[in-house]
Amino acid sequence: MSRGLKTTIAILCVLVVFGLITLPSLRQAIQRVSGNPRTEEQARREVMQIPISTPTDVKVKAQMYWLSATSPVSLEAATIELPLSADPVERAKQLLIALVADAPTPNQRTLPPDAILLAFYLQPDGTGVADFSDALSAETPSGIQSEQLTVDSIVQTLGANVSLIRQLKILIHGQEVETLAGHLDLSGLFPVPSATAAALPVPPAPGLGQSGSAIPSPAVPAQAKQTPN
Amino acid sequence: MAVPRTSFFLFVLILVGAWTLQAWPQGIPGPQGAPPPQAPQQPSLLGAPQPAPQPTQQVAQPTTPPRNTLAVVVLDPAHGGADQGARGSSGIAESDVVLSFARLLRISLEAQGLRALLTRQANEDPSFDDRSKTANAQRGAIFITLHVSSTGPAGTVRVYSLPQDGAPSMTAAATPARPLLVRWDSAQQRYLDLSRRLAELIQIQMAQRFRGSVETPTAAPVRQLRTVAAPAVAIEVSSVSLPDRVPLDKMAPVLADGVARAVAAFRLVYEAGVK
Repeated sequence: MSRGLKTTIAILCVLVVFGLITLPSLRQAIQRVSGNPRTEEQARREVMQIPISTPTDVKVKAQMYWLSATSPVSLEAATIELPLSADPVERAKQLLIALVADAPTPNQRTLPPDAILLAFYLQPDGTGVADFSDALSAETPSGIQSEQLTVDSIVQTLGANVSLIRQLKILIHGQEVETLAGHLDLSGLFPVPSATAAALPVPPAPGLGQSGSAIPSPAVPAQAKQTPN
Repeated sequence: MAVPRTSFFLFVLILVGAWTLQAWPQGIPGPQGAPPPQAPQQPSLLGAPQPAPQPTQQVAQPTTPPRNTLAVVVLDPAHGGADQGARGSSGIAESDVVLSFARLLRISLEAQGLRALLTRQANEDPSFDDRSKTANAQRGAIFITLHVSSTGPAGTVRVYSLPQDGAPSMTAAATPARPLLVRWDSAQQRYLDLSRRLAELIQIQMAQRFRGSVETPTAAPVRQLRTVAAPAVAIEVSSVSLPDRVPLDKMAPVLADGVARAVAAFRLVYEAGVK
């Protein structure tokens, strides 16, 4: 056996031993990668499902609009205690997350339980932009009435608790969609009832003025006006 | 050479004659790209130029109804094709039910002497704009889109029109003979008052026929209505959550009769131009 051949065999043996040593960790890595990949929405959802808390949170009595327990074709105001931020954007997020998660009974839900608020923006002119996951569109019961109740519960809840939002644009997964679930037009802006925050007064957010007043909003569904673009 | 020359002149003469005869009814065409020759202007008594009569130019006019005549009802069975709309646990599909409603309603409207068009005849799914196009291509039309909800008290009916947003809305009387250009996206804005009147008349009929139905119509931003340049309403029947289709099928003739009567009443409003 030549010297070169011996060297080659020795190197190969070292490599085989090294491979055997690293095999278990390689298998683990492959299993991790081949597992169900998390979509971007799942990742955002995990973050959003955690209730948001901010340094300015104060427990207040918030007015939420869910379906009436006695008449499922109208909304009813319910007062619950929520820690709400002084920052209107964070406050709106907290309210919308609570609107999905804290309905008194499943039958009073206005938004599907799987609907996730992905983002909320507030423009200086008072236009709020709520970006929901696909579940809002896919799981809202199809129909003019049911879709209108969904939108009304969102705008009335925001109007009752966040004074700076004048109108609302609803996006689905970051996109403008034609309808919520086949009927209600989402291409325009929904007017938010004027500042009727039922919550206790909160300190003004930096650069954004004061939010909160004490006039309750009526439990009648708003006429969701639509301004075509 | 005299005979061939004469033949040549005769040949040219025949060609010119034939060309003149062919061109006579339309007049002589100008050069390509130039405007057609204008008829001479004749001074009127007031000094303003009046167009001279054009005896030879008879353009076939389409048989359009006079202004403010309600000529056609466009019925829109919503959804269709892959889009079944609301679907009940018992398998009732909104798209199937509304097609049956539309067919019955057409019969009832025709019994009232009205022409009715459907935006779809079978299990197909025209786009929102294609459905609007069917209505917008008609003169003197109204538009009714038919829906079945997935929630709400069974056996009730709600009628919807678009909400007012402060923009001026025209009555039938105020509608100009040659409509101004309107934005497709907001074509309904000019007809909000009339749509509201139509919705009121239909909702009253529905409240009389279907116990539990509200007496006043609802304003809602229904997508299909936004691009219709005519009085337009949505009718939504509750609901696909019924255990079977029989109650919905029983509602159909009653609904058709009520809507046809309401449309007949609206016809008077529309043609009188009453706001």
